[in-house]
Amino acid sequence: MQVRRDVLIQSFARPDSVVSLTPFEWDMLVRRTRPHTLLARLLILLDEHQLSDKIPAFARRHLESARVVANNEERVLRWEVNRIQRALRDVDIPIVLLKGAAYVLANLPVARGRLSSDVDILVPKDQLRVVEETLVRYGWEAVKLENYDQLYYRTWSHELPPLRHRDRKTIVDVHHTILPPTGRLRPDPEKLLEAALPLDGTRLKVLAPADMVLHSAAHAFQDGDLRRGLRDLVDLDALFRYFGSDPKFWNTLILRAEKIDLARPLYYALHFTHLVLDTPIPERILQTSWRWRPIWPLPAVMDMLVTGALASRPLDASKSMGSFFRWLLYVRSHWLRMPPWPLVKHLLYKAITRGRRKKSS
Amino acid sequence: MQIAHLSPTQLVARIKDPGIYIETGPFTIHLQTAVAHIAEGIRLLYEDFPILENSGVADFHISFIRTRSLRPWVRPEVRFRLDSESPFAPLPLEQAFAMFEWCFNWCISRHANQYLVIHAAAVERDGYATILPGPPGSGKSTLCAALVIRGWRLLTDELTLVAPATNMIAALSRPIALKNRSIDVIRSIAPQTAFGPICQDTAKGAVGHMRPPTESVLHVGDPALPRWIVFPTYKTEGATNARPMSKGQTFMWFARSSFNYTLLGLTGFEVLSNLVDRADCFTLEYSNLHDVIEWFDQL
Repeated sequence: MQVRRDVLIQSFARPDSVVSLTPFEWDMLVRRTRPHTLLARLLILLDEHQLSDKIPAFARRHLESARVVANNEERVLRWEVNRIQRALRDVDIPIVLLKGAAYVLANLPVARGRLSSDVDILVPKDQLRVVEETLVRYGWEAVKLENYDQLYYRTWSHELPPLRHRDRKTIVDVHHTILPPTGRLRPDPEKLLEAALPLDGTRLKVLAPADMVLHSAAHAFQDGDLRRGLRDLVDLDALFRYFGSDPKFWNTLILRAEKIDLARPLYYALHFTHLVLDTPIPERILQTSWRWRPIWPLPAVMDMLVTGALASRPLDASKSMGSFFRWLLYVRSHWLRMPPWPLVKHLLYKAITRGRRKKSS
Repeated sequence: MQIAHLSPTQLVARIKDPGIYIETGPFTIHLQTAVAHIAEGIRLLYEDFPILENSGVADFHISFIRTRSLRPWVRPEVRFRLDSESPFAPLPLEQAFAMFEWCFNWCISRHANQYLVIHAAAVERDGYATILPGPPGSGKSTLCAALVIRGWRLLTDELTLVAPATNMIAALSRPIALKNRSIDVIRSIAPQTAFGPICQDTAKGAVGHMRPPTESVLHVGDPALPRWIVFPTYKTEGATNARPMSKGQTFMWFARSSFNYTLLGLTGFEVLSNLVDRADCFTLEYSNLHDVIEWFDQL
């Protein structure tokens, strides 16, 4: 299958292609990149390909401005991890950084230009209570949620309701596993904690490379709905490129995916990064992953939904096939997350309260 | 070409479709709207600003759309859009022009981190700038308007942009937003001054914009070196009273009232310390515009 590539996807897949962009296309590239919060990432990518002198001045301003924001997020995130580590210094349990915090603290290339100052940590489930109580004692507060949402988190979710620091307003999400325990796939958090690697100079840990990639895949294709657009794929692309330079990585990844029950999301991650972003993935790995494909016609449907949701975020109309596809992906993510009956109740509740909120505003 | 070169009908048609590319100092906006209040404000207040041919290139592509309602008794409203983003609730149609100015400011304060963006007015004379910070109600815009009428060059009335590489202020020279009684005060000292549509009953009361002097718009590309920082406070009575303000206090005030001081990290600290170090800082109480302008003239 071929994807129709707009200027945004083309620039991320083939950075060299920007040399032939007209000023009008550069303008379009900036506008299309901004809602995906990938402007800073684009600048990093062009820098890495020695293309920064090809960026016209008016586009550069916006990319540089976005880099200021990204640098700040990284600074905030590092400080936040420092504070969390301090708060939890007497709690003698393994604490694993996930996602953005792990990328930044482990100095991985995927962290460069990535926006996110929320910190996600994984701790053993039987320690959730002590972690939550300790963080609350050190100034984090439960984000005000409606009773329903509180209940939702505690019953259906793989994390505590978000905690926000009362002065710094930053968010920490405390996870006990990486996918909702009620979902179709249930990776065993014990195995993740066991394989986690120590982070130099701290008492924190990060997931082992294969687990880190599988978590990102699960986040994009099992738990998530690609609401963040191209960002999830750009993360996966950077992770594959970095860890994939070690030839042993790919076999480990395949074995690990089966072992921790994340084979299907890995299939999607490999398939879509390769399809959309030309991520270099060994042919035999792609072929191996085909056995995890869903049954016909689902692969074709997913191709349509994902490429449709990513391709064009129109600049002047909110109603489009793209937003319909995004909605279908949203429904899908919930389908994978909960058993059918609670799901119907949940979506109905959300639809009704959203209608009410719209009315009252 | 300048906006004044288009006839009112041409201007309205062009703003409606495909939109107009206006250059204001370092930023080009692409404004597209069928809302007549906005086109009218542009015609009255932006006439000296250059317009670029439709290259399709702009820093901000913004549009304002009249929201459709099936209920005719509901007041018509206008919604702002920056590309696919629509960050604010719609406002009543009569406030559309003020909304345009606010939204333009918002675009700059949010996306222009190539500058340290400070919430303050600034005017220039002989290459040197005076920065007038101040919370709403302190009279900063009134004072800024009065100084501009007196012959100071308008740099900005709301967003002071300091370039980190040069420590110079980049001018915007956009219309000055005046509120409530200030509109009459300025009209009384300069009856010939042109105003845009007066928007009644906004969240800030009545708001009207004063047309920037042609001279200021022509020199919008000339940066100015910050030399004085003056915190004005309007009093109903009493003599003009200026007191030196400590550098430390000035720094802290700016750090808090800047839109992106924290974002800029070390750069923000360096630009701001440099700015405050080189400037004379004052607090200034005034009740009489005539007296206070004399104080500025002797700076």
